[in-house]
Amino acid sequence: MYTEENCRFTKTHEWVHMEGDIATVGISNHAQEEISDIVFVDLPKVGQQVTAGQNCCVIESVKSASEIYAPVSGEVVEVNEALNGDPALVNREPHGNGWLFKIKMTAPAEYENLLDLKAYKATLGK
Amino acid sequence: METILTHNQLSLEKSRPGRRGVRFETAQKPASAYLPEGYLRKTAPKLPELSEFETVRHFTRLSELNYCLDGEFYPLGSCTMKYNPKAYDLLSSLDGFTQIHPFTPESAVQGTLKMMYDFQELLKKVTGLAAFTLQPAAGAHGELTGILTARAYHDARKDLKRTEVIVPDTAHGTNPATANMAGYTVINIKSAADGCVDKEALQKALSDRTAVVMLTVPNTVGLFEKDIREIADMVHKAGALFYLDGANFNALAGLVKPADLGADLMHLNVHKSFAAPHGGGGPGAGPVGAAAHVAPFLPKPIVECKNGKYTLSGKMPKSLGKMKAFYGNIAVCLRGYCYLRQFDDHTLKEVAENAVLNANYVRAALKGKFNAFFDCACMHECVLSINPSEMNGVHTSDIAKRLLDYGFYAPTIYFPLIVPEAMMVEPTETESKQMLDAFVAVMEKIYNEIQTEPQTVKDAPHSQCVCRIDEVSAAREPNLRW
Repeated sequence: MYTEENCRFTKTHEWVHMEGDIATVGISNHAQEEISDIVFVDLPKVGQQVTAGQNCCVIESVKSASEIYAPVSGEVVEVNEALNGDPALVNREPHGNGWLFKIKMTAPAEYENLLDLKAYKATLGK
Repeated sequence: METILTHNQLSLEKSRPGRRGVRFETAQKPASAYLPEGYLRKTAPKLPELSEFETVRHFTRLSELNYCLDGEFYPLGSCTMKYNPKAYDLLSSLDGFTQIHPFTPESAVQGTLKMMYDFQELLKKVTGLAAFTLQPAAGAHGELTGILTARAYHDARKDLKRTEVIVPDTAHGTNPATANMAGYTVINIKSAADGCVDKEALQKALSDRTAVVMLTVPNTVGLFEKDIREIADMVHKAGALFYLDGANFNALAGLVKPADLGADLMHLNVHKSFAAPHGGGGPGAGPVGAAAHVAPFLPKPIVECKNGKYTLSGKMPKSLGKMKAFYGNIAVCLRGYCYLRQFDDHTLKEVAENAVLNANYVRAALKGKFNAFFDCACMHECVLSINPSEMNGVHTSDIAKRLLDYGFYAPTIYFPLIVPEAMMVEPTETESKQMLDAFVAVMEKIYNEIQTEPQTVKDAPHSQCVCRIDEVSAAREPNLRW
């Protein structure tokens, strides 16, 4: 599965797990804690083209609505339909069954620009 | 067993079969004599059956559950919950204003038109802008009006590649929503470490695609953009228009004219800055002002004065058209008109001065327990944050609910988004020092409770008609039948 250790991160708290040219995207445990109780996930559409750094998904919690940015560019090939019925999955298993969507990457090199766990954790202290 | 106290029951629970407020005579003929068979109900509707007395008590009690500005302190940040003088209500209920029809000939409503004209003139005077439309029904509607006016301006110049609107992250949430609604691509820019616009980020975002830069002044962290003139120059140099969100005008009134800051367009919230009531979501009024070069594109009609006669028939060939049926929420504008008439050039600034003073008084008094996120003088509201390590697991939302127990409305919480655990307190200039002291004392008391009995705060409220509401279930499994 996707663990903190085998993922890379963005400064905006998304994680990416890469397998071939497919990037699975979710939000970090820190992010779900900050967002608090999630009540709705507005997922991107399958087939949608996304660009790294552009918002493509919205997570609503009892506190706020947070935009989720595509960590890498490509086409959305799958979304986590389970979140439609149970958005709290993102709170319970941010790194597991609470993943958000999968992107078929057009520029796999973008993955290399993302932060590893240590570098990501270093950004949290700030 | 029947409950002894029934006052918290729903009207349907209080209902007893056959009880009536008024008994009408039984109809002479069966219902089918009056209505076609297909429209007749098969079963009686489920309506509460109550006496008139029970009904009066039921609704009086419900009305008493309303928390209102006329009852207690309402420090809701960014909303400017200032006192709404009752004289304005009296004046705006005069027959001359209430008994007119939108199609009444202009000659018969000269008084109302004069008031609208004079209000436009007063708004021009306090903002320095060249023209105002009174049409927009509220602030966000004003924003949309402003952005569509900007589009009409660019379109008229055949400058059609401008598809972007730049919005800093300290803007009101309606700013990006407005730009998006108007069909623009929203470019968000992060603010600098001091809470103001990051000029470098702005310069990078500006291009010949920029249509408008929207700035909330003072911004949502309660700070005045110190480089605002320079920002306006940058915006103008890029060929874009500078939109000023005037929802926080209470901090500027009488002190600063937005036109002097370089604003091309702005909206004002009559129900915030000019003491008209917030009608629970409406009606409000969000007049939009424009500098001379943009003014021809404002919605029409605008009230004009020709040879001592007031008219709506002026020609505005470049106008974007109408933004609202008829002429806007005139009764709200009338209250704003009354408000501005109370001041002259010298006294209006006392509004802003006292609003800023009150916010800073609260900020300074709470320092050490609830610190301002940006440790500097604020404008008309202060944004407090909490230090999680001192809070025994208590969050801002718990503090907000505990305030209800002490009879105060909660400040705006979790906004602005760039401040963690934010509490945005806007006391306004119409609160006395005694009220501010009481608020500070209650906040200190809550701080002490957090240290000694945090569970009391986490379980709050304890004294309201309902206890802690399960917001999560309500949002995740909404049951919207009623």
